[in-house]
Amino acid sequence: MKLNTNSNVYTIVYATIVVIIVAVLLALVSQVLSPRQAANVKLDQQKQMLVALNQELGADPAALYESLVRDTIDRENAKPGIFRFEVDGQTKYVLRLHGAGLWGGIGGYIALDEDKNTIFGINFNHESETPGLGALIVEEPFRSQFIGKHIRNAEGDIVSVVVLKKGNQAENGEEQVDAVSGATITSTGVSDMLKENLCTEYADFLNVENGDASLNGENDENVEPIKEEGE
Amino acid sequence: MLSQKTKETLLGPLNVNNPVVVQVLGICSALAVTVQLKPALVMGIAVTIIVAMANVIVSLIRNTIPMRIRIIIQLVVVAALVTLVSEVLKAFAYDVAMQLSVYLGLIITNCILMGRLEAFAMTNNAWDSFLDGLGNGFGYAIILVIVAFFRELLGSGALLGYQIIPDSWYAAGYENCGMMMMPAMALILVGCIIWAHRSLNKEEK
Repeated sequence: MKLNTNSNVYTIVYATIVVIIVAVLLALVSQVLSPRQAANVKLDQQKQMLVALNQELGADPAALYESLVRDTIDRENAKPGIFRFEVDGQTKYVLRLHGAGLWGGIGGYIALDEDKNTIFGINFNHESETPGLGALIVEEPFRSQFIGKHIRNAEGDIVSVVVLKKGNQAENGEEQVDAVSGATITSTGVSDMLKENLCTEYADFLNVENGDASLNGENDENVEPIKEEGE
Repeated sequence: MLSQKTKETLLGPLNVNNPVVVQVLGICSALAVTVQLKPALVMGIAVTIIVAMANVIVSLIRNTIPMRIRIIIQLVVVAALVTLVSEVLKAFAYDVAMQLSVYLGLIITNCILMGRLEAFAMTNNAWDSFLDGLGNGFGYAIILVIVAFFRELLGSGALLGYQIIPDSWYAAGYENCGMMMMPAMALILVGCIIWAHRSLNKEEK
């Protein structure tokens, strides 16, 4: 028996069958694996926050995270996230950052002391920055420059921290760190990301006086819906 | 052990029939992932696995594929495989998946895959196609590693992320070659490898 593999009917039927098989296969795999993937993404975020808090990850990062975290406002389907941790008896706030690098999105977590001014630690991630250049923002030498810097000026206004080429001076008196050499656009992206997130996105939260220990920056409208979903 | 033909299929692509320096396939990704040694290694392994698997699948269905849409069928097989591998990695080896992120998608567009599927898997049995995939994957990986070795050593003074050039050299005025970070240098290095390779293999041609 010899099938005419060049006939139009055969070609169309063949293409249809192949596409259906592949589509079903991929849909199935995606369905089966998605809970595991979601768990991995969550664990990865927790790890990133722990790194921002200068913690050793150890064998069980999830347990460590649970032991330190106190309160979260992690709005589903929205980029902003505010987390309150207690490290060595001191309150630290972790804010999720998001911005744009050279080839794709960049993001990260910034950990602030209780005064909502001093940077306790910071961590960056990126989707597709150049290895060896822009991708160096995730490395310790770049990140550690931020520790101890202040995001407010002498008057107490939020001005963020700027990333500048070595030797340059910030225009408006912001505190500064050195850019990654050879990765100007990524470095500028980090600088813009910090400025936009701290000065705009989280300004409400950062500008509320530190009264009680709850996440006072967010008004009830934002907190309530999550609680309802959770029940 | 191995017959002469099997040996040629498996080992030929490592040297005399190398996919990068002789067939000049897969140059684009050779430029993109060779700034450092580690992504080059990972990319080499990923391409080897996927080209071998795609070769086997296409070889098994080669007699049923309608000639007019064979390229599309090959592409569907490759794209499905790459998506599968990336989904599985995200579920079971999240760190590796994050490291590979962009490169994994790049595999679909790697000319070596389409080249081998079209030139070999369409006309040979599954076992030979599997060996051909392995051979070409390794041949590709070797060139990637050689290029990445020089680019990372001269461009960053490191190998696999560990600093190789001692600090005293930097203190004495040695500077990393910024040119090595540029994609153009990868092309020039590949050119140098092709030159060396052709000179060595002159007699066989």
